[in-house]
Amino acid sequence: MSANPELLSARASVKADGDACEIALAGTWQITAPRPAWRALLGAKNPARVRLTVEAVEKWDSALLLFLFEIQQWCRETGAYCDVDALPEKIRTLLAQLAASHETSVPFDRSENFITTVGLATQNAVAQAKAISHFVGECTLGARRLAENPAKFRWRDCLSEMQQCGAMALPIVSLISFLVGVTLAYTGAIVLRLYGGDIYIADLIGLSMVREMGAVMTAVVLAGRTGAAFAATLGNMRANEEIDALEVVGIPVVQFLVLPRIFALGVMMPLLAIYANALGMLGGMSVALGLLSIPPTAYWVEMLTIVDLSDIATGVIKAIAFGLIIGLAGCLRGLQAERSAAGVGRAATSAVVTALLLLVVADAIFAVVFNILGW
Amino acid sequence: MSDLTTPLPDAPAIEVENLECGYEGEVVLSNVSLTIARGEVFFIIGGSGCGKSTLLRHMVGLNRPTKGSVKFFGQPFSAADPASRRAQLRTFGMLFQSGALWTSLTLRQNVALPLEEYTTLTKREVEELATLKLAQVGLGGFEDYYPAEISGGMKKRAGLARALALDPAIVFFDEPSAGLDPVTSRKLDELILQVRENFGTTIVVVSHELASIFSIADRVVMLDRGAKGVIAEGRPVELADHSRDPRVSEFLRRVERPTQ
Repeated sequence: MSANPELLSARASVKADGDACEIALAGTWQITAPRPAWRALLGAKNPARVRLTVEAVEKWDSALLLFLFEIQQWCRETGAYCDVDALPEKIRTLLAQLAASHETSVPFDRSENFITTVGLATQNAVAQAKAISHFVGECTLGARRLAENPAKFRWRDCLSEMQQCGAMALPIVSLISFLVGVTLAYTGAIVLRLYGGDIYIADLIGLSMVREMGAVMTAVVLAGRTGAAFAATLGNMRANEEIDALEVVGIPVVQFLVLPRIFALGVMMPLLAIYANALGMLGGMSVALGLLSIPPTAYWVEMLTIVDLSDIATGVIKAIAFGLIIGLAGCLRGLQAERSAAGVGRAATSAVVTALLLLVVADAIFAVVFNILGW
Repeated sequence: MSDLTTPLPDAPAIEVENLECGYEGEVVLSNVSLTIARGEVFFIIGGSGCGKSTLLRHMVGLNRPTKGSVKFFGQPFSAADPASRRAQLRTFGMLFQSGALWTSLTLRQNVALPLEEYTTLTKREVEELATLKLAQVGLGGFEDYYPAEISGGMKKRAGLARALALDPAIVFFDEPSAGLDPVTSRKLDELILQVRENFGTTIVVVSHELASIFSIADRVVMLDRGAKGVIAEGRPVELADHSRDPRVSEFLRRVERPTQ
């Protein structure tokens, strides 16, 4: 036999008696079920005294309290007297607690005005610049100490990182570089065809890849892949007190965790960039063959007329610098991470953003310096 | 000129003088002064958020105090230059709340790392010593396990083995019972006493576990969030029975659940 649905719902009735009215509650009051609306129940009535009774209530939870509190609030606003004497002691106590917590609850205002926001952002920018220079200095001193005592260097960790950021990144670097070569070739072909200079596609692709795109695209891939991984690993270690444990034992964190990672990236980045150059050229060569019918030998010979060792050197120098930047940004953000899961996530994001920003700045500086040097 | 790293013969193990601790401009504890004798099992107790772990972090140098000083065996630590601080770091070990084992290393490598850093022992000697330390905490046979492969209680014991690697004169414990069942927690307490018995090590424990406090503490200091400092110091039983401060007696009173 099913339960009477009437008993399973929350009910309230109003019995008016002159300027007073009695609110009798009945049924089952549950927070997950709908409950009567006080304003609708009251209608046009405006009593000076409200008496609350719950004798017919079968079962109740916070839903009943909220309804009673709503009536109390209404009485306070209109100046009516709210008579709760007929309510059981337990309900009256909880109602008093609800009223007290409502009174003492002050919303915490986290908003800041424009000037404060600008001031805090400026302070933050200065602090970040200080932190980066302090960290670079610490890494330089640590590297000097390790150069004096290479046996202390964590070669095993470094080799493992090399495998992670180098060998394991080959598939994604291959794909990106090949496609960059293809895209450059298609874009270049549009203009070169107009002037009948199809063969110069080899020069365009060769120079672009070797001087710029090889190093930059590899750096972008590694910033997202390895920089974020460094930040997440170190951030997690910080949250797990592993960094604190190193400090208490007196093992320099930079020497133990940071330098093997930065060194690994500094070595693998130029190798990956050279590999990316080759793949990019291959992409360009494929388009030249398919779209412009330039044979690979002609493409190769033409490319060699423009690309020389100094061009390759500029790309490699950039790649080394980019590798160090990505490593520094990843490790710095990881060590600065807050001790929480969200903090680790933010550190990883921040590592990528910082690395990309510094990469673009460094690339611009390299462009100017190489121009001055005539490379 | 005296050597700032050589322990003074009659000095207490730890002296904390008028220490002020805090984070980002907010003062958590102020005017904290403590003296911990050599070989003592000393507990820092108090309710959640009163600054127990903060005090510990400032004592071991993980955070810089804004005022006051910490001395180990009479030699200044908190205000010392990096070289003498590093030399003093090897006089103490610390067991962190989570164990804080280095996850990329096996248990043996975890214990071996401080030995590799501070000693000139051969690789084989380091490995043997690490194996011995692990056996002393009951982890014989688990040397080549990684931290992710063992239980919480085992991680704490491995953390203790690492803290004891250099046979330190002082060992700090941050909430050693946290997250452990009563039996494992009691075993860890026994291990702490054993360390003191065997090596005369000074033990400093941050805890709010009454069972541990009453069973192994020689002396306790109680911190309070409102007072932002020390509100009581003494033997736990005496404080529980005779303290007139309601905050102390309420914390240390062992009340049975009233029968209905």
